Amino acid sequence: MLTIKDLYVSVEGTEILKGINLEVKPGEIHAIMGPNGSGKSTLANVIAGKEEYEVTHGSITYMGEDLLEQSPEDRAKAGLFLSFQYPVEIPGVPMVNFLKTAVNEHRKHRGEKELTAGEFLKFMREKMEMVDLHAQLTNRSVNEGFSGGEKKKNEIFQMALLEPKLAILDETDSGLDIDALKTVAHGVNALRTPENATIVVTHYQRLLDYIIPDYVHVLYQGKIVKSAGKELALQLEEKGYDWIKQENGN
Amino acid sequence: MTDQDKILAEVTQSEYKYGFFSDIETDIIDIGLNEDVVRTIWEKKKEPDFMLEFRLDAFRKWQKMKMPDWAYLKVPPIDFQSISYYAAPKKKPQYESLDEVDPELLETFNKLGIPLEEQKHLAGVAVDAVIDSVSVKTTFKEVLAEQGIIFCSFSDALQEHPDLVRKYLGQSVPVADNFFAALNSAVFSDGSFCYIPEGVKCPMELSTYFRINSANTGQFERTLIVADNDSYVSYLEGCTAPMRDENQLHAAVVEIIALDRAEVKYSTVQNWYPGDKNGKGGIYNFVTKRGVCRGVSSKISWTQVETGSAITWKYPSCILLGDNSVGEFNSVAVTNNHQQADTGSKMIHIGKNTKSTIISKGISAGKSDNSYRGLVKVLPGATNSRNFSQCDSLLLNDTCGAHTFPYIEVGNKSSIVEHEATTSKIGEDQIFYCNQRGIDTEKAIGMIVNGYAKEVLNKLPMEFAVEAQKLLQISLEGSVG
Repeated sequence: MLTIKDLYVSVEGTEILKGINLEVKPGEIHAIMGPNGSGKSTLANVIAGKEEYEVTHGSITYMGEDLLEQSPEDRAKAGLFLSFQYPVEIPGVPMVNFLKTAVNEHRKHRGEKELTAGEFLKFMREKMEMVDLHAQLTNRSVNEGFSGGEKKKNEIFQMALLEPKLAILDETDSGLDIDALKTVAHGVNALRTPENATIVVTHYQRLLDYIIPDYVHVLYQGKIVKSAGKELALQLEEKGYDWIKQENGN
Repeated sequence: MTDQDKILAEVTQSEYKYGFFSDIETDIIDIGLNEDVVRTIWEKKKEPDFMLEFRLDAFRKWQKMKMPDWAYLKVPPIDFQSISYYAAPKKKPQYESLDEVDPELLETFNKLGIPLEEQKHLAGVAVDAVIDSVSVKTTFKEVLAEQGIIFCSFSDALQEHPDLVRKYLGQSVPVADNFFAALNSAVFSDGSFCYIPEGVKCPMELSTYFRINSANTGQFERTLIVADNDSYVSYLEGCTAPMRDENQLHAAVVEIIALDRAEVKYSTVQNWYPGDKNGKGGIYNFVTKRGVCRGVSSKISWTQVETGSAITWKYPSCILLGDNSVGEFNSVAVTNNHQQADTGSKMIHIGKNTKSTIISKGISAGKSDNSYRGLVKVLPGATNSRNFSQCDSLLLNDTCGAHTFPYIEVGNKSSIVEHEATTSKIGEDQIFYCNQRGIDTEKAIGMIVNGYAKEVLNKLPMEFAVEAQKLLQISLEGSVG
C-alpha cells in the first residue's frame, strides 16, 4: 500500500529525515516511536504533502502511484488521512459545512452522488456515536472553542466520515486523559478492516495498549534505527529512549 | 512557482465574470460641464423650478471645491470636462409587459442572473431597474401604493411628489457636503425615491439594480429614502457593470431620513467592474451615503459587500440626532489585483443614549490596497452614548496592503467608545488542513473567507447573502501567495 524508499527530507535547508525505508501493507498497524525532534511529525507531514517539506532524495509510492507527484487534496481523496497533532481552527466555518464539503469531495472523486444536507446529517450522526462526540460541536466553527481532547476526538470523527485506506495518527494521544484516549483508540479500532492500514506516530507507549501495532519502528535522528513487533514498545517504555541513544553511539 | 502561486495566478487572471456590453440606443449630451449643461439636464428632465436652484447652487459651490486627497488612494487625474453628464435611453419606454421591453436589455439581465420575470415572482422583491440614468421598468409599484408607500424613480418623484422631495432632499447630504456630493447634486440624472408613511412596515424588500452601460458616461445616481414615524423598510441595492476599457466615474449620493421610531435597513452588494488584472480600466466609485436618525429611537443600518470598482471612496454614515437612536455599519470590502478601497463609516452621536456599531472586514489580495477609515464622534450633549467598532483585516498574500485609520472624539464622560482591530494573514495551515480533507485550495479559501466575513454576511437579507457569498468566491478564490 505504502512504500517509502531511502527518503531524505529537508526543512528550510536542515535535513530532518535521512534515509527512511518503510513498507505498510493493507490491514497492518505500524507504530512510529521516537524521542522529540527525531522527525516523526515530519514523516507524517511529508506523506500528507505539506508544502514546506522538501524531499531531496528517495520515493514514496502509495497504491502503486508516485505519491510525491500528487497534491495534498488528491492524496486525501485517494484515501490518505492525517490526524493532525495540532488540529487547525477555522473561525466562522461551521464544522458541519466543512465536513459535508470534505465528504462530498471524496464522493465526487469516487464517482458517487454528492450527499444532500439531510443525507449528510444522517450519515454524520451515525459516525458521531463511534467517537462519543457531542452533537453541538458540529454546530461550532471548525475546531474553534474545542478542548484539546475534543479536537483529537474530532480528528478521529473526521477519519470515520472519510473512511481512509491509510490513516496516519500524528501524536493523537498527546494531551488526552485516559478516558479520551480509550475513546479515540476505540474509534480507531472500530474503523479497522483487512483493507486499510494505520500508522500511529507517538512518543509514548500508552496509546499502544489500546491500539495494538503489528510493527513498531523507532525513529532517531532522522533514521529508523530499530524495527520489531509490539514488544519493542514495551521495551522502550521500560528502558526509555536513552537505551536507543546509547546503542546509536550518543 | 509554488502550487499556491500557480492557483493564485490562474484565479486572479480569470476575467471578470459579468463583463459584457449591451448595445442599447442612448441619448447622450455633449461632453463637458458648465451652467448651461446643468440647465439642459434640468430642462430635459422637465423638473420643478426648485431643482434648478438646487442644481445651480451645487454647481457653483462645486466649482470652488477641490477633489479630496486625504484618502489612502492613488487617483489618476479626472478630467471633469471630458465626461458627458447625461445619458438616457432615447425614448423613455412605458411597458405594460416584459414582452415590450428591449430584448437586449432582458438579455443583459439574464446574463446577470437577475431576470425581471423571475424577480417579480420572487419572494416579495420589487425591482426598479436602472440602466444608465433613467428608470426603464418599475414593478410592484401598485402593490406598494396600496399601503401608501412611494417607490419610484427620482424623476417620477419630482413630477408626482415634488413637495416631499423638496422637503427632504439635501437634508442628509447638503449640496456642498463634499466635492463629489456637490457634483452629483448639480448633474444627477436619476435614481430612486422611497417614502414609507407613518406606521407602515414595508411588506417586501425594496431593490434597485444599478448598471453603467454607456461608454464615457459618468453615472450620478441619487437615492432618497424617507421613513416616517414608526415605519420600517429594508432596501437592497446591488450592482454589476459591463467590462470597460476606459475608466468610468461613479459618484452617487444616497440619503436616508428616519423619523421617530422608524427603522431603515440599507444593504448593498457592489460589484462594479474592477479593472483588469493589470489595473487597466475599472470604475471609480466616489459615493456619499448618509443617514440621519432624526427621530427618537430611530435606527439606520448600512450593510455592504464591496467587491468591485478600481477605486472605492465610500463612508456610509449615520448622524444620530434623535435620543436613543441607533446606527449600524457592517461591511465586507474585498480588493484584488490593483484595486484600491478607502472605505469605512462615520457615526456622529448628537442625541442622548445613542448607540452605534461598526463591523468592518477588509480582505486584500493581489497588489491591492484596502483601508478602513472611520470616525466616531460623540458630542458633549450625547450623554450615555455607546459605540463599538471592530475592524478586521485579512491579507491573502504579501503583496497587498491593509490599513486602518480610526478617528475617535468623545465629548462627554458618560459615553463609552470601544475600538478593536485585528490584522491577520490567511493561514497556510488552515488551507493545508482543508487540503488534507480533500478540499482544494480554491474552495478552501472561499470557505475561510466566507467564514471570516460571516458576521456581516449574516446581516444581509437571504437572497443577497447567497449572491454575496458567490461574489466573494469569484473575487478571491485561490488568491493566496
